[in-house]
Amino acid sequence: MTKMQLIEQLSKKMEVNHAEAEGIVDAFFQAIVDALKKEDKVELRGFGSFRVKKRAARMARNPRTGAAVPVPEKVIPYFKASKELKQLIEGS
Amino acid sequence: MIKSDIVNVICERLKYNRPRAEMAVEELLQIMKDDLKTGERIELRGFGVFLVRAKKTGVGRNPKTGEQIPLQPGRVIKFKPSKDVLTGDSGAPAT
Repeated sequence: MTKMQLIEQLSKKMEVNHAEAEGIVDAFFQAIVDALKKEDKVELRGFGSFRVKKRAARMARNPRTGAAVPVPEKVIPYFKASKELKQLIEGS
Repeated sequence: MIKSDIVNVICERLKYNRPRAEMAVEELLQIMKDDLKTGERIELRGFGVFLVRAKKTGVGRNPKTGEQIPLQPGRVIKFKPSKDVLTGDSGAPAT
């Protein structure tokens, strides 16, 4: 499913036009991204949770030249599916 | 942040009353769940991709006791975040 299909299905269920459904979808994911940017976690009961983990800075190598390249500290988002969602997927 | 905080954001941005915003969030999550249940992936540009993957089967071991445990077949969800999701960096190599 693409974002477009998600918007389409939501617009049917909510009986709103495409633009409005797109507004809902964008507001929803933007809210999650904003929270994660603040390193806050996002918990959605029955679906799962998003949180960020820090990855320490390290020295890596350019595989072609072998030159050492510093990799800065990074913050990476993680998603953990809820038990309910895991069972739903597992059993299907 | 919990679901109710997201509902508040929807109320504000779309000028919805609370029950309507709640309904929007529930419907959105339900659509995603139903789609994942069929084994489909959900690709959201600028956010990430939810993938349904088959679990490994074979023989697993309890690393502490060495005891062998068969791994059951099944499916799991993986989330692969978009490269630019937190940094605004597209992840594309510099040209």
